[in-house]
Amino acid sequence: MADFETPEVKEYLDMPGLKPDAMSHSQPFVSRDEFQEPLGFPGELVDDWQNVAIAKLGELLDKNRGLQVFMDACVKCGACTDKCHYFHGTSDPRNMPVARQDLLRSVYRRYFTWPGRLFPKLVGAQDLTEEVLDQWYSYFHQCSECRRCSVYCPYGIDTAEVTMATREIMNAVGKGQKYSNEIIGKVFKIGNNLGLPQPALQDTLEGLEEEVKEDTGVDVRYPLDEKGAEVLLVTPSADFFAEPHVDGLIGYGKVFHQAGISWTLSSHASEAANFGLFIGSPENMRKIALRVREAAEELGVKRIVFGECGHAWRVAYSFLNTLAGPFDFLDPRYPVPQHICEVTHDLIQRGALTLDKSANDHRRVTFHDSCNVARASRMGDTPGGQFTIPREILRAVCNHYYDMPPDTIGEATFCCGGGGGLLTDDLMELRVKGALPRMQALRQVADEEGVTHLAAICAICKSQFAKVLPYYGFEMDQIVSVHQLVSDAIVLDPAR
Amino acid sequence: MPIEVNGKTYETDEEGYLANLSDWSEEVASAMAEVDGTSLDENHWEVINFLREYYEEYQIAPAVRVLTKAIGKKLGPDKGNSKYLYELFPYGPAKQACKYAGLPKPTGCV
Repeated sequence: MADFETPEVKEYLDMPGLKPDAMSHSQPFVSRDEFQEPLGFPGELVDDWQNVAIAKLGELLDKNRGLQVFMDACVKCGACTDKCHYFHGTSDPRNMPVARQDLLRSVYRRYFTWPGRLFPKLVGAQDLTEEVLDQWYSYFHQCSECRRCSVYCPYGIDTAEVTMATREIMNAVGKGQKYSNEIIGKVFKIGNNLGLPQPALQDTLEGLEEEVKEDTGVDVRYPLDEKGAEVLLVTPSADFFAEPHVDGLIGYGKVFHQAGISWTLSSHASEAANFGLFIGSPENMRKIALRVREAAEELGVKRIVFGECGHAWRVAYSFLNTLAGPFDFLDPRYPVPQHICEVTHDLIQRGALTLDKSANDHRRVTFHDSCNVARASRMGDTPGGQFTIPREILRAVCNHYYDMPPDTIGEATFCCGGGGGLLTDDLMELRVKGALPRMQALRQVADEEGVTHLAAICAICKSQFAKVLPYYGFEMDQIVSVHQLVSDAIVLDPAR
Repeated sequence: MPIEVNGKTYETDEEGYLANLSDWSEEVASAMAEVDGTSLDENHWEVINFLREYYEEYQIAPAVRVLTKAIGKKLGPDKGNSKYLYELFPYGPAKQACKYAGLPKPTGCV
């Protein structure tokens, strides 16, 4: 399949033997001017890039006090070293979170601390050379901003912030990443990551209505741009386009149908994802988030609900109000925004859905906690709701549910290996290797409990697993949407 | 890596997708398949032709369900599923078939 070796799945996740520079060749395609300019970044590496980069770092240190603390606070205790899925999968010591961060921290020390200015060698400070920039580009695209290492850091250093800051600096000097930046440009131009224009969305949704009618005999609607609907559903565009995502979208529609909630999708805000987060660019994040507000106002909805997308939920839950609020025009009885799992869970609690669990009896299911949902957000109104709510939904729609080992789920969940703007074919080696810890945990429940399906609530996780499962001896269709399982179990009432 | 067909050179992007959609021809498609060590038969062409027709109308490749449904109608219900499409295009119908059809690569979380 490819010119690299898939790591061996063992009984336990060992500390790997170190292979220095094992992944120094891994770099995503560099962006071009046509993808850089719509985002406000230079089209190619600027002439005085060192000065620009150092000035940008200074600006970020001023603006983001967290970053300043993260630069100063690390004591090299080593607690993070074996917490990164990319380190486990690649054995490259620079993928120990502390070592990766030090690629930026060493430059920070050189230009922003007295000891580093006067005695660089003594304090591990280094000049920002072309070689260092190259290492930044390589290794800060080997961090999926999943923040697992941060959970174990005694100082609470948010390593994702370090990656985001470095990517922001690289964009400022004109060395952006093609995958993320091309996608953000498509959101600005067309409204979603895929570049699906309104007529294509309409055609796709009409096809889904026909499909559900054929399958169930019931007219379930998948409305687009319908003014006056109660709910605006903002979902990743992969839900329209790809498998297994689309079965989740079918499920959302069935839930709304059964609950008698009028809803609509929007062609203007036809994307939940916000790659502005991945590249650490608040300006671009804000521009993307504003589209959700504009669509909600234009359509006159009362509630905003987000579909299954991990980092979208982080941006929505944690930042939407700051980026695009206030949302005082929405119904104050509902949280702004809501997650589709909260909606479904609430309906199940109230007995508003009839569910036939036996429809999923051919599956034995486990749940993959997506990193941004697990470690950067919440669901419901109790701590840990982001862990219990999806599981309670799964237990309500499946008779056979099993968790993976506790140190691989919940707050300690392992990234799928494709998050944070790395879900691109030019990083396939990294993606396959980074999936190792999750694949090890899945193998364990597959062997011990006979688990057949991995359910997720993130478009990136779903695409990543569909791609990497076969490398580890599984089938690509063993990954499913949580709302696909809801969709299969829900008993539809034609009268609604 | 530009692609050469009958002495003419066509520009492609980093991943081998045609830079200019208007450069496409059946010969170019076959040459691209050859680079990947495969060849195109009539089943591949059914998919490629549908992709091009759809793109012409909607300026985007069809979603997987739109594609499977259309292929099912044309070639029979046993072929209207993504398993069949993956047999034809092992690197994924969305990406590999788009490449041979001369369409841009689908971007995003796919």
